[in-house]
Amino acid sequence: MEQETKFVQEIVERYDGDAGMLIPMMQDIQVEYGYLSAEQLRRLAKQLDVPLMRVYGVATFYSSFRLAPKGQHEVTLCMGTVCYLKGAGRISEVICDEFQVEPGGTTADRLFSFQPVNCVGACALAPVMIVDGKYYDGVTPASAIDILHSLPSEEETVEEAESYGKDK
Amino acid sequence: MARKGSTAIRTSSELEQYRDKVKKQSKSITKRVYVCVGTGCAARGSRVLYDLFVKAAKESKADVKIEAKCVGCHGFCERGPIVVVDPGLVLYQRVEEPDVAEIFRETVLNERIIERLLYEDAVTQKRVKTAEEISFYKAQERIVLAGNGVLDPTNIDDYIVHGGYGALIKAITTMQPEQVIGEIEKSQLRGRGGGGFVTARKWKSCRNAEGTPKYVICNGDEGDPGAFMDRSIMEGNPHCVLEGMMIGAYAIGSTQGYIYVRNEYPLAVEHLTKAINQAKNMGLLGSGILGTDFSFDIRINRGGGAFICGESTALMASLEGRTGEPRAKYVHTVESGLREKPTNLNNVETWANVPAIIDRGGDWFASIGTEKSKGTKVFSLVGKVVNTGLVEVPMGMTLRQIVEDIGGGVKDGREFKAVQTGGPSGGCIPAEHLDTPVDFDELTKLGSMMGSGGMIVMDEDTCMVNVAKYFVGFLKDESCGKCTPCREGLAQMLHILDRISQGEGELVDLRKLEELGELLAATALCALGKTAANPVLSTLRYFQTEYEEHIKNRRCPAKVCRGLFRYDIDPEACKGCGICAKHCPENAITGEKKKPYVIDQKKCTLCGTCFDKCPFTAVLKV
Repeated sequence: MEQETKFVQEIVERYDGDAGMLIPMMQDIQVEYGYLSAEQLRRLAKQLDVPLMRVYGVATFYSSFRLAPKGQHEVTLCMGTVCYLKGAGRISEVICDEFQVEPGGTTADRLFSFQPVNCVGACALAPVMIVDGKYYDGVTPASAIDILHSLPSEEETVEEAESYGKDK
Repeated sequence: MARKGSTAIRTSSELEQYRDKVKKQSKSITKRVYVCVGTGCAARGSRVLYDLFVKAAKESKADVKIEAKCVGCHGFCERGPIVVVDPGLVLYQRVEEPDVAEIFRETVLNERIIERLLYEDAVTQKRVKTAEEISFYKAQERIVLAGNGVLDPTNIDDYIVHGGYGALIKAITTMQPEQVIGEIEKSQLRGRGGGGFVTARKWKSCRNAEGTPKYVICNGDEGDPGAFMDRSIMEGNPHCVLEGMMIGAYAIGSTQGYIYVRNEYPLAVEHLTKAINQAKNMGLLGSGILGTDFSFDIRINRGGGAFICGESTALMASLEGRTGEPRAKYVHTVESGLREKPTNLNNVETWANVPAIIDRGGDWFASIGTEKSKGTKVFSLVGKVVNTGLVEVPMGMTLRQIVEDIGGGVKDGREFKAVQTGGPSGGCIPAEHLDTPVDFDELTKLGSMMGSGGMIVMDEDTCMVNVAKYFVGFLKDESCGKCTPCREGLAQMLHILDRISQGEGELVDLRKLEELGELLAATALCALGKTAANPVLSTLRYFQTEYEEHIKNRRCPAKVCRGLFRYDIDPEACKGCGICAKHCPENAITGEKKKPYVIDQKKCTLCGTCFDKCPFTAVLKV
């Protein structure tokens, strides 16, 4: 707890306590923790001496801020015009159906967070899905499901790493 | 790579000396491999190719100097990854890892061409060697994108070798600020972000406004879906944007600049950050630039993922750490903008035009283009078109030339239906207007707009009701909610469009859509709301029969709106594999193995699973 308070303080100092730099500060906190917890928003508001309402307003206004922890993997689906015309809407539906996840939400087993976004600007590759920073082009409903089913869960990753260690 | 903290340049003659020095070094390299690392090519693995070429060049025993260079987007994203080998400027497309060794051995060392990696012209079926011979590039005229595909965006020396920061020297050592504005005025440059406002007028107002400090802002919050011009400029030639801003700041009398970049563009942020640090290390940013009393600094802010922040007042609110809500512009931002100080905001492409204008003169720039729209414009030509990518053309080129000559026409031999320009605030232009010259005013006359330069080609399989629904849905989600017409009006429009696309519309709905559209245009607070109805109004204007078909006959002619067409199995094409029947969730498909299957239309819920699963495309939409 103390450590987190210290971290928020560091971030505030990084920007000379300028409340105008609220968004970069929140971005930095999110990079560190993966999301913005209620506690951190409270700390930030206190440190900056601005109403919590303003901090919360900013956190909910911009779509890149998360208020809940993310899954192990990050899945981004481009919903730009070209991707949409080439079937991204259907891909999104199929993913939500198959994994029982809402757009912007995380699967119950925390395997991945699913974020449809406006446009990633890689229209030549449409439809595009990005998984942990890796771009997949020409995605279809079937291939998207296959890609997501083959995502390793945390336990698997740990097991793999352990067995890899044993081989050595 | 620029050496960190290396040469601090204090005067303009020192910069010229430095340019000569790096030029000489660069001349000793006789062979070069240019690997595109723009987002499109990088997504297909070009970073690995670049590393392999670097390794090959390092390990090569040949007695010539070979350099592997990462460069910004060439624009021809469709055929990526793109690799160009000099001498000869041989362009290879769709290059894969195993090709690297062969390219290095054959083309780099022995100047032999590898036929299979060359681009094959779709029309002549001939393989062509260089970019100049490819029709996609032939008709283009590149000012803003000139450095893309040539410069290493992470290396300031490379920019300087190619004449970079020459315009800055010229401006701040030989011209008065008023003269700089005069040159921009002569060029008749208009803002590339959408509005098309005259740049010089904006600069002049900001210069004359009272109050200090003055700010300049580069709007890199490129939010239009289907548009990636600004991303490619920021990624591929960041120094050009910085130089443009520096010149603008000098002309306006500003000491602090901001670049507001979209959160979804991590590579642009990376390259801009590097460029700013390099410029600072050399003394091109900071206080007392090139021995003059001009001081200027630039900071990058990443957006939070809100489309509305592309609007100038919302962007400034965001820079102040607030929610991105626009304000009414009774008072212009050039008088009271960021922190209530005079602020000049221009789009990335506008800034990137500035160095060339100062360098070559306003008259030269004004000689390109049409009467009221000068220079070139970068478009992202995407959608159902053969050659997807970035194109830069002189203003006044017709839509047909862009779509057919450069874009190679519609993909897969389908019929052209419309081209959508201007992003969510633009409109759909049908085939009969393809010969319209593209400039700010002509597009507006057609009920669309130039916007930031998205150009999305649509074929006969595109449903215009669905397109309108997509854009209205997009804008409804992105509306900030501050003013009622936009917040409530868009929701109502979407509701009506939803009903129409489900076959539950009534003819009176079309009039309601028009009325809501007019209401938005007249009463919404900002440009987002005012133009939000354009996609609906323009599709209504040109494709009304398609709307009527949805309403009167409950049919979607393009067979997109689910429920307004049915699925059937083509007995000729069906091989009787049974995959459709196995996957049908309603057990609506029956048949015997190796004989054509049949869909029971009464049971069918039109989910489309059979259509997706059939390996022989025997399931048809009828």
